[in-house]
Amino acid sequence: MSDETRTAIRAFIVENFLFGDDSQPLAADLSLIDNDLIDSTGILELVGFLEERFAITITDADIVPANLDTIDRIAGFIARKQAA
Amino acid sequence: MCGIAGYHGGNFSPERAADALARMVAALRHRGPDAEGVLVRGDTGLAHTRLSIVGLADGAQPMETEDASLAVSFNGEIFNYVELRADLAARGHRFRTTSDTEVLLKAYEARGIDCLQDFNGDFAFALYDARNRTLLLARDRMGVRPLFYTEHEGALFFASEIKALLALPGMTAQIDPLALDQIFTLWCPIPPRTAYRGIHELPPGHMMLVRDGERTIRPWWQLSFPDRADVPSAGQTGEQAEELRALLSDATRIRLRADVPVGAYLSGGLDSSLIAALAARTVTHGLRTFSLTFRSEEHDESGWQRQMAATLDAETDSVECTTAAIAAGMPEVMRHIECPILRTAPVPLHLLAARVRERGMKVVLTGEGADEIFAGYDIFREARVRRFCGRQPLSARRPRLFQRLYPYLPGLHQQTPEYLARFFAFGAETLDDPLYSHRPRFRSTAATKLFFSAELKDTLGDYDAAADLAAQLPADFGRWHPLHQAQYLETAFLLPGYILSSQGDRVMMANAVEGRFPFLDHRVVAFAANLPPETKLQGLREKHILKEAARGLVPEAIIDRPKQPYRAPDSESFAAPGTPAYLDDVLSPARLAENGLFNGPAVGKLKEKVVKGQASGFRDNAAFIGILSTQLLGAAAPSTHRA
Repeated sequence: MSDETRTAIRAFIVENFLFGDDSQPLAADLSLIDNDLIDSTGILELVGFLEERFAITITDADIVPANLDTIDRIAGFIARKQAA
Repeated sequence: MCGIAGYHGGNFSPERAADALARMVAALRHRGPDAEGVLVRGDTGLAHTRLSIVGLADGAQPMETEDASLAVSFNGEIFNYVELRADLAARGHRFRTTSDTEVLLKAYEARGIDCLQDFNGDFAFALYDARNRTLLLARDRMGVRPLFYTEHEGALFFASEIKALLALPGMTAQIDPLALDQIFTLWCPIPPRTAYRGIHELPPGHMMLVRDGERTIRPWWQLSFPDRADVPSAGQTGEQAEELRALLSDATRIRLRADVPVGAYLSGGLDSSLIAALAARTVTHGLRTFSLTFRSEEHDESGWQRQMAATLDAETDSVECTTAAIAAGMPEVMRHIECPILRTAPVPLHLLAARVRERGMKVVLTGEGADEIFAGYDIFREARVRRFCGRQPLSARRPRLFQRLYPYLPGLHQQTPEYLARFFAFGAETLDDPLYSHRPRFRSTAATKLFFSAELKDTLGDYDAAADLAAQLPADFGRWHPLHQAQYLETAFLLPGYILSSQGDRVMMANAVEGRFPFLDHRVVAFAANLPPETKLQGLREKHILKEAARGLVPEAIIDRPKQPYRAPDSESFAAPGTPAYLDDVLSPARLAENGLFNGPAVGKLKEKVVKGQASGFRDNAAFIGILSTQLLGAAAPSTHRA
């Protein structure tokens, strides 16, 4: 898991879900759902971004909070996918 | 149906009084283009703009009793005025006119404020009793007709619309920050708060008495449900359905009383179809119906509308509402509804009312209210599924039920049970929350506050609109069945605060059209409130008893069709190439900074997303329409808008 991956994910979230508002720190372990940063449409946007940016295929079974609810979890998920 | 306004107190000179009344009349002329009048008695002034519907020749207002002891300015209808008049006449009261306004005066003369209990109608009125120099303001039970007031220059001023109060010299329009927080969480302000600081709304079912400068506001009617322990279990619905049908027939019959033709809105759903069917049985001139159509399949119901119109053999009028018309219509609609909105749905209804008026009609029946009182909305089903899931939080299968609730939301269909569980937040620990049914809605809506400016966020501090709402629930709310709690939240707040105002009175009266709502007859409301919950929401089948009552009147296919909530294209109406020219100005960094309510750079990015047609989620749509509508209100009062 590189810092570069985290930076790219964070940038996407700030740009698309926070509309560029980075006044509040976005911790790597902050829950995107519990903090209302992402809704049901947002999940699909996020999945689309990850597939394109990191050249991975995400199956329906992958779309669970355990994989996608924090920047850390997303970065870990991508690393596992890329290693597979 | 009309506009009313006036003042009480203030020791104004005759010139000042006349000027104030004239300004308010001018601001309300669209509500009553047929006639206008003012009347000053002592320290009280009454004004009226009239849309003539009942007593065309002799119903001029303000109206006084023969001895000039009582004077009234009255907006709306008392549908049972025929029976009340007969009863009063039998007790020796003499009438000079055929109007329901005079019945109001005589009823008050006979019973004082208790007369309100006898009225079956939609009204807001100001009655001055010169005998004890008392002003009575009153508003109908469900909040169909509006009534606003403010304290200004030592007097109480009141009017049907806020713009009449803002027309007074020295009044300024300022957005109320708490109201904005409420709207961006609950979809409407909590009365008596309005979007404007210092301007209040008389809550539905309330009256205000003003005597010797003392002001008392109290409810004269309240929506109530039986204690959960007293709710009978659902039995055979046959008899109840028959009783309901009889009640609805009568509610519709008395709402056809008018000295002008009455038409009906037809959405293609059960509620308006049933009302139109009941009306068609009574109307002798042939019922005329009015419908909205959309180009997008997800919003359009024209097939169902045609089917019902054919059943009724009604003369039909359809208005196709394009995204361009929605974008173009927003500024005018905002001028009328005077409250930020999170959806564009009022705009098509404004166009529909304009068509009614073009056809020379003044009155329409609609099916509004059925979804609240018979549990038709998805939120009731959603809350039931959440409770069901909450009892087995680890179940992987139960959350799939959410997908059945929203077949028209493809985004939701692609979610796994784990995400559904998180989005719908059905943790068992929240089952006792009085706002349980509405938490997901409030939470997802409040996400729009991301766009509030730092200054506004500072002003709001830790204000919690949902907690404010919870604090205003009736004392016995906790003893009601969960479905009834959810119904109360919809019926007591969102119905008057948004549906009946922004989608109802304000867009209809902008075109001098009066809406009448048989489902909101208080007899029907009380009947529905006392039904067992399963009779309304049977499993996940909404409006069960209403469907049974409609059989034989409405085609089975319409009765049993999947419910399609009324929605209109939101942010897609503003996407290129149809982006309206005013958008750049209204959402310019300068205008945003001037009003100080929203975060300029974030709104700029949102706007960009909208114009590119990429704003697809609930939050982006609601936020965009909310910000745009608020900014458009600011356009009516530049430089005085800062929170």
